[in-house]
Amino acid sequence: MYGNAYIDPNEKFSSEEETPELLAAFQARIDAGEKIEPQDWMPAMYRKQLIRMIEQHAHSEIIGSLPEGTWITRAPGFRRKLALMAKVQDEVGHAQLLYSAAETLGKSREDMMNDLITGKSKYSNIFNYPALTWADSAVIAWLVDAGAIVNQLANSKGSYGPYCRALERICYEESFHLKYGHDNVVHLATGTKKQREMVQAAMTRWWTPLMHFFGPSDKASVHSDTLMRWKVKMASNDAMRQQFMDMYIPKIWDLGLTLPDPLLKKNTETGLWDYTEPDWEEFKRVINGDGPCNAERLAVRRMAEENGKWVARAINNEEAEHVRPFA
Amino acid sequence: MATEDQTAIESLDPRIGRAHLSGGNHEDMTGLLHFQTYEVFHQNKRGAQHKHVGIVHAPNSDMALLYAKEQFARREQTANIWVAPSSCIAATEYADDDIFTTTPEKLYRNPATYKVMDRIQAFKERGMTPSDEA
Ligand SMILES: [Fe+2]
Ligand SMILES: [Fe+2]
Ligand SMILES: [Fe+2]
Repeated sequence: MYGNAYIDPNEKFSSEEETPELLAAFQARIDAGEKIEPQDWMPAMYRKQLIRMIEQHAHSEIIGSLPEGTWITRAPGFRRKLALMAKVQDEVGHAQLLYSAAETLGKSREDMMNDLITGKSKYSNIFNYPALTWADSAVIAWLVDAGAIVNQLANSKGSYGPYCRALERICYEESFHLKYGHDNVVHLATGTKKQREMVQAAMTRWWTPLMHFFGPSDKASVHSDTLMRWKVKMASNDAMRQQFMDMYIPKIWDLGLTLPDPLLKKNTETGLWDYTEPDWEEFKRVINGDGPCNAERLAVRRMAEENGKWVARAINNEEAEHVRPFA
Repeated sequence: MATEDQTAIESLDPRIGRAHLSGGNHEDMTGLLHFQTYEVFHQNKRGAQHKHVGIVHAPNSDMALLYAKEQFARREQTANIWVAPSSCIAATEYADDDIFTTTPEKLYRNPATYKVMDRIQAFKERGMTPSDEA
């Protein structure tokens, strides 16, 4: 019954049985292009998948700001420092928008945060890799954000109102991230021999994680069919990967950079990109905790939460007069 | 609390190195504060309507305003922001949306349904005599 978003996390959701009639009416609403709002009846599976998806997306924003945030103090030049700070602030803001959207489905922000820190929830696997050099941070800002935009633009056409509204704002903000990242990559790629070597090395390092980014092929599953019919998932992983490759491989090659896959080429018959399957065993290993930065990401998040507790306590103190900084 | 799989974190980030963190702690976080939510309304210039843009979590309205500024006034021009506790918003139920579907029947509210020109025309054509004397 609340305006846009908040639903008491302890409130019991309708246990109404998922009759064929209810399911059909729900499907008809989605087919007609209507958005589902928090107050509406929805199948338990729809709710569960959306919580999982939006929550993981929120975690990815907040964890994704760590490998980039690390470069703020070392970004070359004042303008890049300012831009990177703004980008990182945006990403953390995206997380907040998404946590709020997920909360409308009945899981509290605090529970999501706890599940992130204890490792119960996942986030985008790509952030378990380190940004070794400044060039890595450039490649992340350009291509990881590019991948995210492909995904977010697709999802913003989905069926769940609060998620779509959050994504619209997010997509609007992402456009500067992409331009900023591209600018940095171009600067290096058109620079000195050393700069070119740096950006080539970063591109080579990030190619496998970028190919992993959209997840393993999922076209064959019944599960993903249902999610697509409900407009929870808007495109198959392969379709999004192809779209990403179509948009960005030409731009990478245009800079005289190479990608570490000899099979990579656009197939003129199928109109799709041929490529070597990335190592999906590595993907599984890393997503299940054994990547180069998993432990660090969670430990840093835990530290931030623990060290920030006193701030939360201070602003929560009704008696205090001098802790409210709005002026 | 130390558990067996805790390991010292070696980070590329010198600040994280200095924090001497260890990994492998999967214990629940306790004492995470449950702040209430505030609905945020944004006005881009004086005279414009405030528009609902989203929500923030905050312990009080001052903090809600601060968070709203950070969250919803980073890009576009802002003249003013309102916040209101979400719990203060009353809303209709989508399930009852048929209460709003009466408009098409109420043609008398539509200016285009008031057609007097035909009548004036006929009146003039018959020499402007009253209708019961023509
Ligand atoms: Fe983002
Ligand atoms: Fe990003
Ligand atoms: Fe971004």
